[in-house]
Amino acid sequence: HQVICWRAVASIAWAVLLLPPITLVFVIISKFSFLHPIQTISECLYLLTSASGIFSFILLCGVILIVGFLHLEYYTVIPTIACSKIALLGQLLHPRHFINSLVHCFMGVIVAWCCAVTMGLRYETLGYPCTESDGHPQMCLNEYHLILLLAGAFVGFSHSLLGVIYNMNYVSFHTVQQYKYLRFKRCLPLVVKCSATQALYSVRNYIVMYLFLGKCPFFMNKMLVAQPIHLLTALNNFFQIDYSVHPLDSIAGLLDLSLLYHLWSSATFLLLTWNITLLLFRIFVTEVYSFPVQSSFTEDSHQCLPKVLTEKQPMILKFLALQDLALLSQHSPSRRCEVFSLSQPGGHPHNWNAISKECLSLLTDLTQRLVAYHDTVATNGRAKSLSSGKDLMSPRPVFLMKTPASVFARSVAGTPQSPLTSLFTPDLDSPFASPALRRLTAPVDQCSPWYGTVQSPHIMRRAPKLWSTSTGEVEFQKSNISFSTHRSSNIQVLSNEVLPEASSQALFADSQAHIWALEGLSYLVQASFSEDQFGVVQTTLPSILSCMLVLQEAVDRHFKLPHASSKPVRSTSSMGDSTYKTLRFALRATLKTAIYRITTTFGDHLNAVQISAEHRKRLQQFLEYKE
Amino acid sequence: KLHSRTESSSKAAFLDHSETLWMRMTCKHTNSPVIDAFAVPKWLSMSSGCILALLRWVSSFHGSLFPHLTLSSEDMIAEFSQVLNWSDCVVRAFAWHPHTDKFAVALLDDSIKIYNPKSATTPTLKHRLQRSVAAVQWKPLCASALAVACQNCLLVWHVDPCSLSTRPSSGCAQVLSHPGHSPVTSIAWSPSGSLLLSASPMDSTMMVWDVAAESCVPLQRVGGGGVSFLSWSPDGSHVLASTPSALFRVWETRMWTCERWPCVKGRCQSGCWSPDGSRLLFTVQGEMVIYALTFTDAPGQLSHSGPQAAAVVADLSETTFSTPDGDIVVGGEIQSLVWDPRGERLAVLLKGDPQAADRPAIIAVFKTRANPIFELLPCGFVQGEAGAEPRLMQFHPNFQHGALLTVCWSNGRITHVPFYFVSAGVPHFGLSGSPLLPHPQQRPADFVNQSLFTEFLS
Repeated sequence: HQVICWRAVASIAWAVLLLPPITLVFVIISKFSFLHPIQTISECLYLLTSASGIFSFILLCGVILIVGFLHLEYYTVIPTIACSKIALLGQLLHPRHFINSLVHCFMGVIVAWCCAVTMGLRYETLGYPCTESDGHPQMCLNEYHLILLLAGAFVGFSHSLLGVIYNMNYVSFHTVQQYKYLRFKRCLPLVVKCSATQALYSVRNYIVMYLFLGKCPFFMNKMLVAQPIHLLTALNNFFQIDYSVHPLDSIAGLLDLSLLYHLWSSATFLLLTWNITLLLFRIFVTEVYSFPVQSSFTEDSHQCLPKVLTEKQPMILKFLALQDLALLSQHSPSRRCEVFSLSQPGGHPHNWNAISKECLSLLTDLTQRLVAYHDTVATNGRAKSLSSGKDLMSPRPVFLMKTPASVFARSVAGTPQSPLTSLFTPDLDSPFASPALRRLTAPVDQCSPWYGTVQSPHIMRRAPKLWSTSTGEVEFQKSNISFSTHRSSNIQVLSNEVLPEASSQALFADSQAHIWALEGLSYLVQASFSEDQFGVVQTTLPSILSCMLVLQEAVDRHFKLPHASSKPVRSTSSMGDSTYKTLRFALRATLKTAIYRITTTFGDHLNAVQISAEHRKRLQQFLEYKE
Repeated sequence: KLHSRTESSSKAAFLDHSETLWMRMTCKHTNSPVIDAFAVPKWLSMSSGCILALLRWVSSFHGSLFPHLTLSSEDMIAEFSQVLNWSDCVVRAFAWHPHTDKFAVALLDDSIKIYNPKSATTPTLKHRLQRSVAAVQWKPLCASALAVACQNCLLVWHVDPCSLSTRPSSGCAQVLSHPGHSPVTSIAWSPSGSLLLSASPMDSTMMVWDVAAESCVPLQRVGGGGVSFLSWSPDGSHVLASTPSALFRVWETRMWTCERWPCVKGRCQSGCWSPDGSRLLFTVQGEMVIYALTFTDAPGQLSHSGPQAAAVVADLSETTFSTPDGDIVVGGEIQSLVWDPRGERLAVLLKGDPQAADRPAIIAVFKTRANPIFELLPCGFVQGEAGAEPRLMQFHPNFQHGALLTVCWSNGRITHVPFYFVSAGVPHFGLSGSPLLPHPQQRPADFVNQSLFTEFLS
């Protein structure tokens, strides 16, 4: 866990270190004039050494620190996928995200203030001295300054909203390992491009908004500047005049090219610094970490790979451990040897047992999830909402929480034996295939806690989907349900609009872990053909094979559903990582490759392995390369 | 019947439609002849002319640095393909499946046929984007996926081996493309089947594709002007990437770092890896020798423990042989190299000289021995029917009794040449026991020079 913190700190430190060059570039861009290049340079130098410049720079560093810590707080390795538009709205209004948006908004204002100070000229201060018509001096509101500050707030807010919509807090792992510097170098142009385009769109939206709501700043100002009443009226009087001079909320006023340019450049600066922080965080956090397979000291044993694999929290550690497992099984014979080794007193293959058990339980979990989903779809044509509600219910740990159906199935199958033996003995390989169990698993979903709170059967189906994200706020939910009965026709239209393939994406949201588990297992089994001296792998080979074959069957069945095999639209110009959208395809390919890896390595020796007749038939297909 | 087609194009019959909407609108509005619509201010035309001239100058400068960039894409594929005279070759690409006895053949009419002895159907793959196929390769550890390098993109076909359909729909193909990454001349699957590499001589980046996710990671290094040929070592640890200039790189696949290898004379034309991935044989354009590089086993790092210079292991300068039909000159530049999966036979396709009748393209076969020192022992030649010259060759990936070389000839025939031997790990007949049985279609090689070769076998 400490490792993660240190990595986050390192990424923030790098982001802060990268701030001066970015700021310098921004200063030069904002100050540059073709006619007076020397004057530009002298102005820049003056600004960089001035007190206000240094102060704003320190403020910017503070903002980067806060953004970095927000990333550390909000990042996730399993994306939250909203299955309908209403659910997405619910996510946006979730208090957790709402606070995040507010903080971003506030930091946007700070960055915009720094930009204003940097750009100087007409943007520099909020008020400026002016004389009224009757001749006595006053402070007037500088609308240029205000527009910049509000633009900062707007861009910050929209950045965080887009972050929720595009899952920007999702951290994906890469199949191709590269050094951090190279990875950063490769991504940097992309980030610059993304920031510039995003800034362009944000500024466009902001301008449109300002055009319609341009009067508001003036009123807001009246409230903010709590001054004696005569000053207020004076301000008011002044603005009548000022408004005619600089009608900034009119089309003509906003079509000021230099204003637009400054707005865009400061928005780009803001987004660039934040996106670079995000990029560095992602790169640092997903770097491969090599866990020791076994340790000679007992106090270090909690850091060993088998222990970390079985731990539930934090997820990132589990993912890192699985990634390490996949890599070690592929590349390092010496560490594989440790996996296959026996414990010194006793001679038990503890390492292999722990690793294989954890990987198999991951795969079985996925199989059960797929079977349950498929069954609900099969039994009820409209059951999509049900399962999507179920997925949404667990924003983070889909992967940890057994879904109700699977828990139930396990309790049925759960003889007092250890879960490994109860689940992986050949005769219990497909307990879900039996119709009796299927009937038993189905009602469990109906009894899930979400159904207790609603009365009308009409809403029953929709309620969990609508407000499932507001976990724990039953009060809120109930009040809204009464609301929804009044407006049920409206809601019906909205909530029926389930985003295509989203439920399928949600099912496979954490499949990166399964992919690594499959790779790790298959490479280890392949290596065991020549490296396993004690035959520790042989004992689990039947359960590994049957587990993979059952999963293969479930995945094949899932891909026959509509929408499951439709390819998502690829979006390239966004900082959001859309890897999760294609995880199911990656899982399908990896699964097939994993089975082929085992069958090609063992060949006809597999005929000696004890598996059920159905699986043997399936395996024969693989041996003949007919899958 | 030959699957060929005259390269007649319908392009000339149509004019380019370059009139934009704006132009048409202008025409309509002013209601004047088209000429008026083009009347633009003089300074605009002047400045745009200047910019155009500047651009042209820059591109010509770039072109003079890397002459291959001025080639058309067809010529470029022909230049960098492993196939001899790719442009008029009936069989443009050939690939054995890595695990079963089936192979894919790309033909001149841009279709791909899949032949499988165990099934009666031969699926024909056609796709709108499947033009100028430069290479095909089956995905390892998979029964169905076939990657195809096309002119503008990369296609990955999923051909269900159990399907009875003879024309899989284009929905079975994944299209992978990246702007600026065309024409694709070389592809390589990782031996573990997880990643696909693609290279284009126009693009200095090499793409690492995650095919299932259809995403790619560009790997860029400055210099070379493109990547023309890729070869993944069988153990998956290294990748050879040659560039169109006198430079090639050897990538290490753990962290994707690379080692630069500048050549003296020309670009690296072809290369192949030993089965354990420890030795790389390559040839350089303009030289008549085979070089070898040996990599130590240290996984993950090859930088300093690796070799400092390549060693010459074979000299293939021109030699005259007297045959019953007259003298024949053999030797010269090398088109491609292939090594059999057991690492016992090396086949070398020599370019010959198309103008001179006595210098045909020919395949020379060597026996390779790694212990006590690495050496290549001449073994024989493979020659086709009269008038047919070899264009392309590949070893069968798992032939039980030795090695099986498949050769595609200029007349459209594909022949299999088996080499029966017992692996050197178990010495059986001593050194001389390598009977080479000719294929029925194969005419015996009609020349012999006992003094040069230690042995000659039919």
